[in-house]
Amino acid sequence: MTMASVSKTFSNGTAALTDVSLTVRAGEFVSLLGPSGCGKSTALRIMAGLGGVSSGNIDWPASRITSSGRPDGDISFVFQEPTLLPWRTVAENVYLPLQLQGISRKAAQPRIEEALSTVFLADFAKAYPRELSGGMKMRVSIARALATRPKLLLMDEPFAALDEITRQKLNDEVLELWKSNGLAVVFVTHSVFESAYLSSRIVVMKARPGRIHEDFPVNVGIERDADFRTSESYRLTCERVSHSLGAAMGGEGH
Amino acid sequence: MENGERSEQLDRLIRIAIPVGVVLALLLVWYLIVHVENIPPYILPDPIAVAGALVKDWPTLWPAFLVTTKITFMSLGLALLGGTVFAVLLVQARWLELIFYPIAVVLQVTPIVAIAPLILIYAPTTQAALLICAYLVAFFPILSNLVQGLKSVDHNHLNLFELYGANRFQTLWHLKLPTALPYFMTGLKIGGGLSLIAAVVAEFSAGSSGAGSGLAFRILEAQFRLNIPRLFAALIMLSVLGIAIFALTSFLSWLLLHRWHESSLKREN
Repeated sequence: MTMASVSKTFSNGTAALTDVSLTVRAGEFVSLLGPSGCGKSTALRIMAGLGGVSSGNIDWPASRITSSGRPDGDISFVFQEPTLLPWRTVAENVYLPLQLQGISRKAAQPRIEEALSTVFLADFAKAYPRELSGGMKMRVSIARALATRPKLLLMDEPFAALDEITRQKLNDEVLELWKSNGLAVVFVTHSVFESAYLSSRIVVMKARPGRIHEDFPVNVGIERDADFRTSESYRLTCERVSHSLGAAMGGEGH
Repeated sequence: MENGERSEQLDRLIRIAIPVGVVLALLLVWYLIVHVENIPPYILPDPIAVAGALVKDWPTLWPAFLVTTKITFMSLGLALLGGTVFAVLLVQARWLELIFYPIAVVLQVTPIVAIAPLILIYAPTTQAALLICAYLVAFFPILSNLVQGLKSVDHNHLNLFELYGANRFQTLWHLKLPTALPYFMTGLKIGGGLSLIAAVVAEFSAGSSGAGSGLAFRILEAQFRLNIPRLFAALIMLSVLGIAIFALTSFLSWLLLHRWHESSLKREN
């Protein structure tokens, strides 16, 4: 996925993004980090093909483009909220993207089961969303995103509303998913620590107007597991990211 | 555990016993007032006389009950169909909403009962006039609740559907209509009650007589003849019909919503 000098101005005149160029390659884990209002979520929406750009180009070279100018089925999105349909069971929620592609329930069944077992919710297929905890709902949301077997997974602060323990657990699970599936992930977050733990590359953004401050690889060749969280290299990564973020914030006189 | 079961049984018993007890007590009070005050039956008959009238006048009242029931349910059915189709059209096309909005407001704020005499003049038969009146009254709560519901779709859900390339029909069928279901049920409950009221009031103003007349006409007729026990008997049949409609719509609502919607969930904590 490639964005070339993309700018986006909202109808009220706010410049959300100016001159953003970013290429996400297969198998990368990119975090978009920055203060609120720096256009992280807007950038993510543009990557998903939601909402047009004011100038610049966006292309998905590896995907088939549909008649509406959007990549076909290769991109999935996990929102800040689980956004499950309350009238559908867990399995039916995971089935939704496949159903919208016109795949029959029977043909989709193996994929639904596979996606649910990836997030350890195989036993909850028949439950309704209201019966699940916040972390489980988020897992269903991830399973739904995986059901289409995407090449690129876009996550918009997916764990912001969860408690720290659940959040760490889900971080590990996402990391595991990324390692085993070979998909590219773009992860929007406010958290230095989360981005330092998860990413193979971090893009720090600046606000007003939203633009890229710095773009650098992290954790090159390091195995990330429970030990990594307490290691010196993790601390160094955090320091590196914090400084970059500090510089991005400092530039506007906070 | 056994204690819990026993208290649950007791709870159920109380929930049945209290309403039944209240009704019986009210009947007793009614009976006593009539007899202590010596009120003549052409002013206020006692419950026993009303029960007698219900049995004696059954051959007159039962066909009337069927007529009113038929008009109520037919108008409700038409209102459901019309309201749903119209609401979906309005939400799908902005310009349609702009065109029909003023008409809808005028029709909604005008008491439909007031145009019943006009409808009676224009409609081919009295039955048709009654049906139109009841239909118009039930139509609007169903329409406006459903429009409200169809517009209350979560924006995140809309984004989700857009992202997965859903077409208009898929978005309507898999997202908008299920979202609107609880609103629709509210409209149905209100519309169900109103269609009975409208059927009765329209019949009052129609004042039709003879074989095809409903319970409302029997009430007027009983009033003219000072046959008050029969009037009460007809009233009881009307309220039974009202209760049946309420129970039916509530049950339908429970059936469709109880597995997922907050309104039908028991709180457990």
